[in-house]
Amino acid sequence: MVTLPPKSDQKILLELNGVKKYFPIKGGILKRVQGHVKAVEDVSLQLYEGESLGVVGESGCGKSTLGRAILGLEELTEGKVRYKNEEIQDLKRKEKLKFVKEMQMIFQDPFASLNPRQRIGHALEEVFTMHTNMSAKEKRKSVIDLLDEVGLKEEHFEKYPHEFSGGQRQRIGIARAIALNPSFIICDEAVSALDVSVQAQVLKLLKSLQEKYKLSYLFISHDLGVVRYFCDRVLVMYLGNTVELGTVQGLFANPIHPYTQALLSAIPRPTVQKNLKRIRLQGDLPNPANPPSGCPFHTRCPIAQDMCKVDKPAWQEIEPGHFAACHFAGTKI
Amino acid sequence: MTNAVLIDVQAPVRKKKEKVYITTIKRLLKNKLAVVGIIIILLQIGMAIFAPAIANYDPAKQSLVESELPMFSDGHWLGTDNYGRDVWSRIVHGARISLLVGFTAVSLGLIGGITLGLLGGYYKKLDGIIMRIVDLLFSFPGILLAMLIIAILGTSLVNVAIAISIWSIPSCARIVRGSVLSIKEKEYIMALKSLGASDLRIMLRHILPNAMAPIIVFATMRMGTAILSTASLSYLGLGAQPPTPEWGAMIAQGQDYMWTSPHLTIVPGIVIMLVVFAFNVVGDGLRDALDPNMDIQ
Repeated sequence: MVTLPPKSDQKILLELNGVKKYFPIKGGILKRVQGHVKAVEDVSLQLYEGESLGVVGESGCGKSTLGRAILGLEELTEGKVRYKNEEIQDLKRKEKLKFVKEMQMIFQDPFASLNPRQRIGHALEEVFTMHTNMSAKEKRKSVIDLLDEVGLKEEHFEKYPHEFSGGQRQRIGIARAIALNPSFIICDEAVSALDVSVQAQVLKLLKSLQEKYKLSYLFISHDLGVVRYFCDRVLVMYLGNTVELGTVQGLFANPIHPYTQALLSAIPRPTVQKNLKRIRLQGDLPNPANPPSGCPFHTRCPIAQDMCKVDKPAWQEIEPGHFAACHFAGTKI
Repeated sequence: MTNAVLIDVQAPVRKKKEKVYITTIKRLLKNKLAVVGIIIILLQIGMAIFAPAIANYDPAKQSLVESELPMFSDGHWLGTDNYGRDVWSRIVHGARISLLVGFTAVSLGLIGGITLGLLGGYYKKLDGIIMRIVDLLFSFPGILLAMLIIAILGTSLVNVAIAISIWSIPSCARIVRGSVLSIKEKEYIMALKSLGASDLRIMLRHILPNAMAPIIVFATMRMGTAILSTASLSYLGLGAQPPTPEWGAMIAQGQDYMWTSPHLTIVPGIVIMLVVFAFNVVGDGLRDALDPNMDIQ
């Protein structure tokens, strides 16, 4: 695995600028908006061509919403998404079709993401029906090629989703995502629902496809081990905010933000040493409808000071290519 | 790399499972009441198709010499009415009318109801308006609404079918809307959107096939209701006009002779009851067979 540190000469594929996604909370008789769940709060980042960017964080931190917002499945509250230097957040469906071919998504639950009443061959053919003018014969051939590409066989063409194993279904999900030769794929917890042994196979498949087609991945996961194996860079999110971004080597070796440090210390290690300190965070994840003032992490941060309750820390480059949002960046806990 | 990728493909493709509709039919046939219902419906369909062959008399042919023959008379096993028309032949031909009107009414009602339900369930903005229209239609008692529509359109069997179909639209729309609301949140719909599928494609090719189970049950039960309503409206003189051999109209004509020739009202009455009963039990059986957890009023 060659991991390229993000250099300025690498081509930027996707750029997020101040992306926000708030979900309104409606209540009362008149269904008035009473507040907002701040699912994604001011995310800015760049994704380079051919890299895998991992997005980690606990449940409810806005990872999946971020992925959907990039694809336009959720309307942005604010912010800009630029893909290959074109703003795509406000496009109409017709104009967006061009980008649909380039940006695809692989979903967490491969069973739920396939229509249970549709043969998988037809599900894959449908992708070509929507975007190309292929004849029925060409479509069938393309689908069989696709099945072959993800390690399935022609005889699977006429099967229904329930006739497959979990790993096979996720291969179908992958086949559907790569059908139109995209350059960017969002993997939303793509391997979380699979057995560990099958996870490895699917990850290998994703890797080989990346090499073959020069794909970029936004790899959303809560499994730090998988991210460490699979990704080039990692973005850590907490309560809709980005807290740290760095290369896999840099971030895992030297976590700057206290939240990242706590996350990393929670990875189970096969060791009998007793002196391994595990950082235990106190309290629960705050309500994203009513996030804490100042730094969103201050309610649970072991090194929080008074200023953390008031000032929101800026997103700054602490080391080259290593960003974090913390007033006391680099303090070890 | 390629070798590693191919590992779990060695696992055999799982054994072919039975198709959904075969399991449904098997489960349906275990339900004895439903089987009785199916037999009655098949008999009615058979009667409707082969009516000219089964009926030994022209249903409209009068023969005043043979009027008001009782049941089991020579040549007229169900007797004759006050004009000497053969009751059996009229019942057989009546099967055609009630099936045809029922089927037309339910089909039209389904088309309207599915359209409204899909639009209302899928587009949040349309939901409010469509559901208020549906509520409005719901607020009229069924038969009254049908009578109102017939009063506007005029009395004929075609208008009866239209009236019953309009009356079927609101319940169908509600059932479809409910299913659409739950199906559209499924992940495969999200996946299709991410692939750039149009709303029309999602609604017709993906949501509708998955919402079919409650619609099938509704359609079956509504067939029974539609046949009953056709008979009711014809009984009231709003539907079939003489000499059409419609079951409801037959009861209406026969009631004047109820004391002398009770079979003129009892026979069509029993036939209507059996057919409505059959459609209801088959609908019930289908509901259980399709999905025991499905909820439908």
